[in-house]
Amino acid sequence: MSSPPLLQIRDVETFYGKIQALRGITLDVHEGEIVTLIGANGAGKSTLMMTICGDPRARSGQIVYDGRDITRLPTHEIMRLRISQSPEGRRIFPRMTVNENLLMGAAVADPEHFEEDAARAFELFPRLKDRKDQRGGTLSGGEQQMLAIARALMARPKLLLLDEPSLGLAPLVVKQIFEVIKELNEKQGLTVFLVEQNAYHALKLAHQGHVIVNGKITMSGTGAELLAREEVRAAYLEGGAH
Amino acid sequence: MEYFVQQLINGVTLGSIYGLIAIGYTMVYGIIGMINFAHGDIFMVGAFISLIVITALGLAASSSIFIIILALILVLVCAMIISSVFGWTLERLAYRPLRGSFRLAPLITAIGVSIVLQNYIQISQGARVKPLQPIISGGHTIMRRVDENGEFVVQISNMQILIITVTIVLMTVFSLIIARTSLGRAQRACEQDRKMASLLGINVDRTISTTFVMGAALAAVAGLMYLLYYGVIDFYIGFVAGVKAFTAAVLGGIGSLPGAMLGGLVIGLIETLWSAYFSVEYKDVAAFSMLAIVLIFLPQGLLGKPEVEKV
Repeated sequence: MSSPPLLQIRDVETFYGKIQALRGITLDVHEGEIVTLIGANGAGKSTLMMTICGDPRARSGQIVYDGRDITRLPTHEIMRLRISQSPEGRRIFPRMTVNENLLMGAAVADPEHFEEDAARAFELFPRLKDRKDQRGGTLSGGEQQMLAIARALMARPKLLLLDEPSLGLAPLVVKQIFEVIKELNEKQGLTVFLVEQNAYHALKLAHQGHVIVNGKITMSGTGAELLAREEVRAAYLEGGAH
Repeated sequence: MEYFVQQLINGVTLGSIYGLIAIGYTMVYGIIGMINFAHGDIFMVGAFISLIVITALGLAASSSIFIIILALILVLVCAMIISSVFGWTLERLAYRPLRGSFRLAPLITAIGVSIVLQNYIQISQGARVKPLQPIISGGHTIMRRVDENGEFVVQISNMQILIITVTIVLMTVFSLIIARTSLGRAQRACEQDRKMASLLGINVDRTISTTFVMGAALAAVAGLMYLLYYGVIDFYIGFVAGVKAFTAAVLGGIGSLPGAMLGGLVIGLIETLWSAYFSVEYKDVAAFSMLAIVLIFLPQGLLGKPEVEKV
């Protein structure tokens, strides 16, 4: 890779009070790639996602996005740099309609793009269109996940952070969501940083993969390489692919 | 019947004032989950600013209608702006540093801020009751009955018309801001999930400040109305009015905007009707008993949102 990475994470350490959640994470996300981070519950995946967004802030280390050091920026300013996150647990605004949730996603975007971007989101997830005026809290888990991704896309991000989009969803819906991620990456060149417990799907999709254990990256490689590794299969793919 | 209609008019007027104050309680509670007990004192500050500006302008009932209207608009704007500055400053100095602290901390601070504001006005404006000559007089007879007891006339004064109209207009504008604008959406987003709002690029601190400013501005309007309607104010009016408006907000369902308006109306009506038919001395007891009853049987208030939500 000749051009500098879109996102550079260097020796990042994050604490919750006295508890250290990240122990020196270093990784790169290059433009146009899907990079995935897999790991067990509590390994620090979501913490890394949130640390990129400045909440909690990294105690040490550096995060550079698009050539700019964002380590110390407040969250809302980071999110104005065309980084979007679809967070863990989806965090749909329950008492807002689907349309309003999308409007919130577009809060940092040019309002002129809204209609066009909403139409594209509905094309990606036709089920959301039928539920346009329904409150977010009444949607099913799968629909909420679709809405969370659609909302994140409304800001026209260069970098999309996806935190466990498959969590708690039916296999068919998971498949559908991963197809959309692939499509976004291939057709629109969207850069995706994906955090997953569902290692099989994530690694199949990803150009680059990393394994996080106890706040540290223990293995890195291309998606296919990691999928072939015995340790990965034993630890994260037990019970076979699903 | 005539007597009842008259009391209804009086009750709606009083309820309008309570409703305007209640909105500030309910919005701040909605967004940061805290009861701003100093909000009643912002209302009091608004009344004092209005009095000062009216006095400075030399406004009196003898001025022409045109001048009175113009001057009152000026008074209103001054009171709203200065009270907003108070509201903004309070949030910045007293509440924001405590965000993320334990829940009781901002509550206790709010009571402290309330004491500070009361004493500040007491010292700077004096402890005595301040009177204001009536500026808006006159009214309209809408019903008249003559019988063996004499004549009974139902009147709506121009002042009452003004209060009710201003309240309706402001509440409409306000509801539209909350429902339709990006600012209102940001406020609702912060109310529902502050962390997610910041992940969408919303400046949460600024949104909270704006909420305090909006609440303070409405309280200032209520302050001016109170001053014009009753003609006397002192540094302590914020306490009782504040507690009543707080009751209204809880009664309507704290966190709900239409609830605050409805709650204000209900409290105003209960108080007025109770005074009219039973005893003036016990009007506060009646209002607060109503609150107790509603809380026992309908803990989320009249229009409060049900807690059940799909996750």
